[in-house]
Amino acid sequence: MTEKTFMAGFGGQGIISMGQLWVYCGMKEGLEVSFFPFYGAEKRGGIARASVIVSSKEIASPLVTTPDSAIVMNMDSLPLCEENLKPNGIMLVNSSLVKTSPKRKDVKVVNIPCNEIAESIGDVKFANMVMFGALAKATGALKLDKLEEVLVSFFGEGKSKFVPLNMQAIEEGKKAVAV
Amino acid sequence: MAQEKRLMKGNEAMGEAAVRAGCQAYFGYPITPQNELTAYMARHMIEKKRTFIQAESETSAINMVFGAASTGSRAMTSSSSPGISLKQEGISFSCGADLPLVIINVQRAGPGLGGIAPAQGDYFQATRGGGHGDYYHLVLAPKSVQEAADLTYEAFDLAEQWRMPVMVLADGMIGQMMEGVSFKEPKDPAKMPRKPWAVGHQKNREANHIASTQLDPEKFNIVIDERFRRYDEIKAKMQRYEEQECADADLVLVAYGTSARVSLGAMQMARELGLKVGMFRPITLWPFPEKRLSELADPKRKFLCVEMSKGQMIQDVRLTLNGRSEVSFFGRSGGLIPTEEDLLAEIRRILNK
Repeated sequence: MTEKTFMAGFGGQGIISMGQLWVYCGMKEGLEVSFFPFYGAEKRGGIARASVIVSSKEIASPLVTTPDSAIVMNMDSLPLCEENLKPNGIMLVNSSLVKTSPKRKDVKVVNIPCNEIAESIGDVKFANMVMFGALAKATGALKLDKLEEVLVSFFGEGKSKFVPLNMQAIEEGKKAVAV
Repeated sequence: MAQEKRLMKGNEAMGEAAVRAGCQAYFGYPITPQNELTAYMARHMIEKKRTFIQAESETSAINMVFGAASTGSRAMTSSSSPGISLKQEGISFSCGADLPLVIINVQRAGPGLGGIAPAQGDYFQATRGGGHGDYYHLVLAPKSVQEAADLTYEAFDLAEQWRMPVMVLADGMIGQMMEGVSFKEPKDPAKMPRKPWAVGHQKNREANHIASTQLDPEKFNIVIDERFRRYDEIKAKMQRYEEQECADADLVLVAYGTSARVSLGAMQMARELGLKVGMFRPITLWPFPEKRLSELADPKRKFLCVEMSKGQMIQDVRLTLNGRSEVSFFGRSGGLIPTEEDLLAEIRRILNK
């Protein structure tokens, strides 16, 4: 199993955190992982992108150029994701912000209203975690069976009070993917 | 014993490995894309009551390393390409004074101020003695966060074993990406073997002098000859490489660091298409692993050198193969990382398949 994911959005949407948590979970599930962010002048509203791979074997290039799955968190990211996604790949779209439908017909599009779901939990900041849950469900790449302990060690002790709401957001994201 | 795997950036992993190797003094100056390394050392060296100094410049930092290494302490610095250029004078002086120290270069795109994206344009500088004078030093090229940690850890031992600076030549991708990594046991700096050549701690012995200068040409010639005998020994004992599926290969990709990761992916894609492609990855760039590469030379076998530059290591590949195999080049520069797909297309073009 190798799942190559390209994540894109704007700075402040939690693209980097989502990618890091994804590979952290993968590592805890015994997989090989790599996370390579687009780095430069990090700022709110700027470009946030990450190449993320989880695999049962040694990972070759950490740069994801033909992703199996793509996450489109905002409108600007759609053209890029659409261009690169593998035929029959999965495109997870944050339909709260992306109002245009992808043109490609050879990919599986999953619309998740991440911002609305996050707001219903209490804060739009959980939108990335909603998408995280959707990615796990749609790809089946990670089991997320030890999510709580993984989240506790990922966030660290000081922030462990946020674990239940993040778990809820991930759960809601999974549910939002139609089986 | 291997510890539990941690998820870390390459920069942080090299920092942790240096701390565990018993690094007693770190001197640096910030530059992207290696800043996390300096930041990591700031936190952890001070926490362990070791020396951390953010110098006022790169030139200053490397000379502080020179000073600390002269006392026999395990000392290091890190930077990225333009900063490494500034350190070259100090590196030349350190090689001239036979000082063990560790330098990490997280390469970015050059020349000049260039860009902050990953590149491999410092190969010539690293392997040819980037400063003035007649010298070399070990150059280790990691391909992953794990190997970046392992080679940094080992670099301190190698530096002392061979009495020379050791450079870990990484790039922006290795520094910035996160992978799982486990670390070797921490070493206690207090239990490091004493160095009879070091300055300081002078009791019941003649004063030791550490300098790179010698104004008597006859004597200087002897010193340099002796140093080059050590280089010959290093060349005989220290050539390291990784080889994948070369035995039956019609085409061997030669690449190091990040380029080797891309090459591995392209090689696997080529093999799935039934193309006989292998990969040869130098781990030591100096000494270049010429013994094994030379054995692979064959008139029926082609070589493709893959680099994030306009072609630098290819010169060593050509020198080694010495006309016995056809060698071509594939690269990207300016901070671009070649893609597995583009490299596969080049492989198919070369093999006419």
